[in-house]
Amino acid sequence: MQKYWHVIKIGFANTLVYRVNFFARAAFSLIPLLATIYLWRAVYRGQSAGVGGYSLAGMTSYYLLVTMVDTLTAVNEDDWQIAADIKDGNISQFLLKPINYLGYRLCLFVSGRMIFTAVSLLPVGLFVFCMRRYVVAPPDGMALGCAALATVLTGLLQFFMSYTMALAAFWLLEVSTLIFIVFAFEYIAGGHLFPLNILPPAVEAALNFTPFPYLLYFPVSVYLGQVKGAALWKGLGMEAGWTLVFYLLALAVWERGIRKYSAVGG
Amino acid sequence: MRAPFQQLTRLRRYAVIYEALWRNSVVREMSFKGNFLLWIVVEVLWFALQLCFIGVIYLHTDHIATWTKWEVVLLVGASHFIQQIFQAFFLTNCTQLSELIRTGRLDFMLLLPVNTRFLVSLRQVDLGGFVNAATGLAVMGYAARQLHATPSAAQAVCFALLCGAGVLIHYSLMFLLASVAFWTVRAQGIVWGYYSLFNIARLPDAAFQGFFRAFFTFAMPMLLVANVPAKLLLNRLTSPGPVLLLFGMAGVCFFVSEVFWRRSIRRYTSASA
Repeated sequence: MQKYWHVIKIGFANTLVYRVNFFARAAFSLIPLLATIYLWRAVYRGQSAGVGGYSLAGMTSYYLLVTMVDTLTAVNEDDWQIAADIKDGNISQFLLKPINYLGYRLCLFVSGRMIFTAVSLLPVGLFVFCMRRYVVAPPDGMALGCAALATVLTGLLQFFMSYTMALAAFWLLEVSTLIFIVFAFEYIAGGHLFPLNILPPAVEAALNFTPFPYLLYFPVSVYLGQVKGAALWKGLGMEAGWTLVFYLLALAVWERGIRKYSAVGG
Repeated sequence: MRAPFQQLTRLRRYAVIYEALWRNSVVREMSFKGNFLLWIVVEVLWFALQLCFIGVIYLHTDHIATWTKWEVVLLVGASHFIQQIFQAFFLTNCTQLSELIRTGRLDFMLLLPVNTRFLVSLRQVDLGGFVNAATGLAVMGYAARQLHATPSAAQAVCFALLCGAGVLIHYSLMFLLASVAFWTVRAQGIVWGYYSLFNIARLPDAAFQGFFRAFFTFAMPMLLVANVPAKLLLNRLTSPGPVLLLFGMAGVCFFVSEVFWRRSIRRYTSASA
């Protein structure tokens, strides 16, 4: 286990190099977010009924929570790095060393997220502070605990999905188009753009069977107390199920890929 | 009598150079045909996604500020058109500037007997951008039909000119930020950060107020780039003010980026051996 702890420490050192880049990215991403919030304000000014059960304050809270969960769990460089490792033949060394590549990447992902969260704390924290009127507490401790659990699962699902996709580099020269196509679906069906429960109920129900809502939307809706009782357990079950599916898929794709692997440049 | 003649030969020389750059880009793109098509799929998908967002908002309301659904769709289409034309001519070149500086390959360009900014800005053409710009136009056409609007020839010409000014604003600001690489070497984060601001261009300006609106009109004119041309087609312009403002801001942005570029290039100390 100790060797993985070392990997985490290496990950800290490596990602700290990019702290300015991280800071710029976190800070810049807040401007479109602010624009979205203003856009909703304009929508609410024009009518009184509310949108799909959300008040303006509720809608703003939603976007603040999305930003926080996204900061904690989103994959941003890992998939490119994995694909590059395969293309450049860097994974050869992992086949020789007593260390598991998936475990190694997971450690780097976790340490990267921790540094990214720490660096974003200033811009995101400042932004949330300015919007503190809209920061809401979860309805009870149960919702908070389940939201925390769901967030951890979201992080794992994000990682396993990206890892599996990046492994396509064993077969394809260019995986960035694939990554962007899947990201597009995640962006809309994961709740980045708008809360999924303002969609027609049938569409929302259908989406809940896909892995996408568990990449961001689910922990947020648990925190807001929108999913309760049986639906909560079913949701957590679905999320754990998808995480397991992508974990097994990652292992299977790795097995097949490694047989194809020709160690270019290694 | 000689001066205009010289100007003309200079212009012709640059046209010949640019033609060669085009030919190069076409050859490069066509050697990865599958990838070329996949990138178009990616762009179409992201465009569709923006339209979905507008669709979902209008499930719950019938206007945002004073804008109705198809008016916003036309705006999103116009914004996509302008962004893709910018992407076709300039985007890759702007993002690569920091690499040119970091690796010292800028040396070769400084030595060539052409304007360096011309070469750095227009080296590569992204042909997919033209295909994607066409999808933007198609969406605009559909929205115009829904609104029963048929633009006159004069409107169409004026629209094209305004789009040109919008592209110039995107290019000038992006190039300005890319030039920061002369100071920090790693400017790619900043460049991609600016790219995320493009999202603002497709939103109706009337939704914004106060400092936010003033900043994105007069400092970073994102709210002018697509809004003014779209409003022109929608007959929403009551005075020539916004049109003049867009042209004026395009001039100012280009001037500032040129001044900054000249100051930056003086700092360049080659990075290679």
